[in-house]
Amino acid sequence: MSWSELSRSLSGNLGRAPRGSMSRRRSAWQRIHLDPWLLGMLLLLMVAGLAVLYSASGQRLAVVIAQGIRFGVALVVMAGLAQLSPSTLQRWALPVYGAGVLMLVAVEVVGDMGMGAQRWLVIPGVIRFQPSEMMKLAMPMMVAAWLSRRELPPRGQDLAVCVLIIGLPVGLIARQPDLGTSLLVALAGVFVILLAGLSWRIILLCATLVAAALPLLWMNMHAYQQQRVLTFLDPESDPLGAGWNIIQSTTAIGSGGLWGKGWLEGTQSQLEFLPERHTDFIVAVLGEEFGLLGMLAFLLLYLLIVGRGLWLAGAAQETFGRLLAGSIILTFFIYVFVNVGMVSGILPVVGVPLPLVSYGGTSSVTLMAGFGILMAIHSHRRLLPR
Amino acid sequence: MRAKRDTLKNPQQELRTFRVRALLAVLVVIALSGLLVGRLFYLQVVQHEVYSTRSEENRVRVEPLPPTRGLIYDRNGVLVAENRPTYNLTLVRERVDDLDATLALLADLLELPAVEAEAFRARSRQRQRPFQPALLMSDLDEEQIARLAVNRHRLPGVEVEAQLLRYYPDAEEMAHALGYVGRINREELETLDPGNYAGTHFIGKTGVERYYEQALHGQAGLRKVETNARGRVLRELGRTDPVPGANLTLTLDKPLQRLAVDLLDGRRGSIVAIAPQSGEILALASVPGFDSNQFVTGIDIASYRALQQDLDLPLFNRAIRGRYPPGSTIKPFLALAGLAEGAITPGETLYDPGYFQLPNDSRRYRNWLRWGHGRVDLERAIAVSNNTYFYTLAHELGIDRIHEHMTAFGFGQRVAHDVYGESAALMPSRDWKRARFNQPWYPGETLSVGIGQGYWQVTPLQLATATAVLANRGQWITPRLAKRIGDEPVPTALPDTPPDIELGNDAWWDRVYAGMEKVVSGHEGTARRIGQGLEYRLAGKSGTAQVFSLGKDQRYNAQELKERLRDHALFLAFAPVGEPQIAVAVIVENAGGGSTHAAGLARAMTDAWLLGDRGEEEADEAAADERQMAGAG
Repeated sequence: MSWSELSRSLSGNLGRAPRGSMSRRRSAWQRIHLDPWLLGMLLLLMVAGLAVLYSASGQRLAVVIAQGIRFGVALVVMAGLAQLSPSTLQRWALPVYGAGVLMLVAVEVVGDMGMGAQRWLVIPGVIRFQPSEMMKLAMPMMVAAWLSRRELPPRGQDLAVCVLIIGLPVGLIARQPDLGTSLLVALAGVFVILLAGLSWRIILLCATLVAAALPLLWMNMHAYQQQRVLTFLDPESDPLGAGWNIIQSTTAIGSGGLWGKGWLEGTQSQLEFLPERHTDFIVAVLGEEFGLLGMLAFLLLYLLIVGRGLWLAGAAQETFGRLLAGSIILTFFIYVFVNVGMVSGILPVVGVPLPLVSYGGTSSVTLMAGFGILMAIHSHRRLLPR
Repeated sequence: MRAKRDTLKNPQQELRTFRVRALLAVLVVIALSGLLVGRLFYLQVVQHEVYSTRSEENRVRVEPLPPTRGLIYDRNGVLVAENRPTYNLTLVRERVDDLDATLALLADLLELPAVEAEAFRARSRQRQRPFQPALLMSDLDEEQIARLAVNRHRLPGVEVEAQLLRYYPDAEEMAHALGYVGRINREELETLDPGNYAGTHFIGKTGVERYYEQALHGQAGLRKVETNARGRVLRELGRTDPVPGANLTLTLDKPLQRLAVDLLDGRRGSIVAIAPQSGEILALASVPGFDSNQFVTGIDIASYRALQQDLDLPLFNRAIRGRYPPGSTIKPFLALAGLAEGAITPGETLYDPGYFQLPNDSRRYRNWLRWGHGRVDLERAIAVSNNTYFYTLAHELGIDRIHEHMTAFGFGQRVAHDVYGESAALMPSRDWKRARFNQPWYPGETLSVGIGQGYWQVTPLQLATATAVLANRGQWITPRLAKRIGDEPVPTALPDTPPDIELGNDAWWDRVYAGMEKVVSGHEGTARRIGQGLEYRLAGKSGTAQVFSLGKDQRYNAQELKERLRDHALFLAFAPVGEPQIAVAVIVENAGGGSTHAAGLARAMTDAWLLGDRGEEEADEAAADERQMAGAG
């Protein structure tokens, strides 16, 4: 036994514990590769989410239990992925991305028609799988793996390769047609490029091009997609059809006021005026029953998670990990923004769930997988000598 | 200089760039969050009054419109399942200002005794979530409805709801064939499409009601209504009409069904009749029956227990789930298997000393006639139901070939297209015995099978089906209960119909028919008593099944025990030979010999179907009345 060890154990015995136990606790968290702050906030969000879900589902405990089980699975997936080292993730980027693209092609060919669009890949009796969901992680992995090997900031040929990497799967997802997801997947890739230091000139150029291309995009939209945008611009134009959701959800949120009507007391939500009130429109229940203060509390929690995530990303040593982590956490924020924005009527209706609150299995698992990767990147740092 | 920079990676520079960009991202995140907060502030604080008013006073509600359940007719258009309007009293607590006062007023208006009034209070709490109406009382009479209507302004939150309730006009005789509907239970709720069943309270539980649930139920509609703060509907904003369920026309012939039930009256048993050339089930009787209307509104516990504990098992559908040893009724089928396999020829004779012995075995398997029938050929063996002939045949065929041929006739299989809860009964085989008892098959067991005893079990429906296939010269037409679903006829040839049975020589069918005709018409036929005055060619076969064991938990008094140990009487028949229009299987439990106690019932069925002596005029009248009623209504 060395002197230092002896003194540490003695100090423990003598009750001067704080420093010793702190360092031991930190090492324990690091050994299991989890970030206690992030994990704690995620668990808090899950518990609060289940409480909202109980109310939104019409107080059906079965729904809450099903969601709880999914959370359990998602936590296991997160903990599992946190064990992988960033270099492993980097090696796996190409195979995972390649498999994702192949599955998207498979969906195009044989996909099961679900909800009027081909999104699911089904092996009967075994699994129903949404390849576009997997792409949400495979995309930033691939772009980050590519750029981290190149000179940064990216330009010229490297950038052209990025456009190809992003364009191929996004095009396939948009064809399903699932415009919302394809935009989110594209954003996950774009975030990597932006974080890698894309020059402002190119950013401005692209923004101009996108603005110019909007009319073209409009002409290529499906009728129901166009309808959604029109409805967004004027919900009262179709109060019984597509505008119904928005009118009802803004009424629910607005009637909640500052303090809300109280848990399980939301008349709009409990009366089934709200469509899809436990999936994509769950924010309306939240806003009605918990009011502005409840909404602010939830937003604050989301912002803290995003802040912690960005801090972890900034602390990463390798460029690959840094870019990937940054993209994952920014995409997470975009989900929150798009969902709350669409339910409160400032964005058109796209099928984006509220992370870890909306009812649904696949998205929770993907999200937590992302956080697992984030923790892996952070916890596999080589300790620098002091 | 630039070329040099291209080849170098600069980790420090990359980190710096990232941190600048990340910081920018934080700013954007905060800006976007500010946008959300601004929007929420606008909705929840600035515009709160507007939305609060909209939420409070201008409620828009989506109400499901349940479809009307399809009606069920027999083949002649006589209604066998209908919907009757009833009125229920419901209450929504959230819309009631003073619950005590309201309940007191209701008790006063409806002149309820104190006990009932107390029950009202309990029922007003029974619901799953806020604003769901609680059912206080069902089946209101006209006077009660009138009183409630007059006092409606004093009763906010109280509604009289009209609801259609299933009603079976002749429940006792149709219960087993039709099945019934009942309240949707928790397990069913999990598997149902919530949109389509939102306003539906009843679902098919068994029988035709269950099998054709989807078609009978229809498609729910919905309406969006604007209500006032009390929940009263102010106006309708839009609606999608429900699509009513399809009316079902059955193949059952109600007069024939009634005759079958009447023939079995006072006994336990089953009669199944099938039209061989169309597969249509004409009668599916299981006696005793029960009043299925009790199950629609929810049967009380005492009545249900009484039905369940009744030793005659009225709830048990013998026609499709009763498993009986077939006895000698299966001898014609074994004869066909023997002919197909070349084990016997029609002209070949066998000397019957009154018993059969296996080689190297001293045990004697006896004919029912102790001194034997002497020389028997195929036709005589069937006519006199000679056991020795069929022991010999079964021994020569062996269990494997018997199993193969009998399975082709549907034994041991679920045979019907749309009969819910049908039992496959049991066609024993080597594999089955190994799996069930882990024992090899013994030759003596094959002999038991040869006279329809041992492990072999059949349902009345199977026996009637096999008879129909036999009468059809081996052509399979799957038995069915539905003739038309809405305007869509059920096709005669259904998918997954078993393959037809081919014999080497088509004339062999006629030899077996001849043997079966001699059963009723021959001078020594076992059922020659029923052959008198036949106006058509009737083929039949009797059977007597031994009852060797009783359920170990069943208690009987001595006299009943004696009765319940008697043999089951079986008879199968079809007519007319050559152009078969009806095939019948009769099983009367514990009646004794089949030739004396079941054959007459089969003849009554064929007579009724072929000679029109089945109260057809009565049915026509009923149908005419029905049309008149419909016209008047």
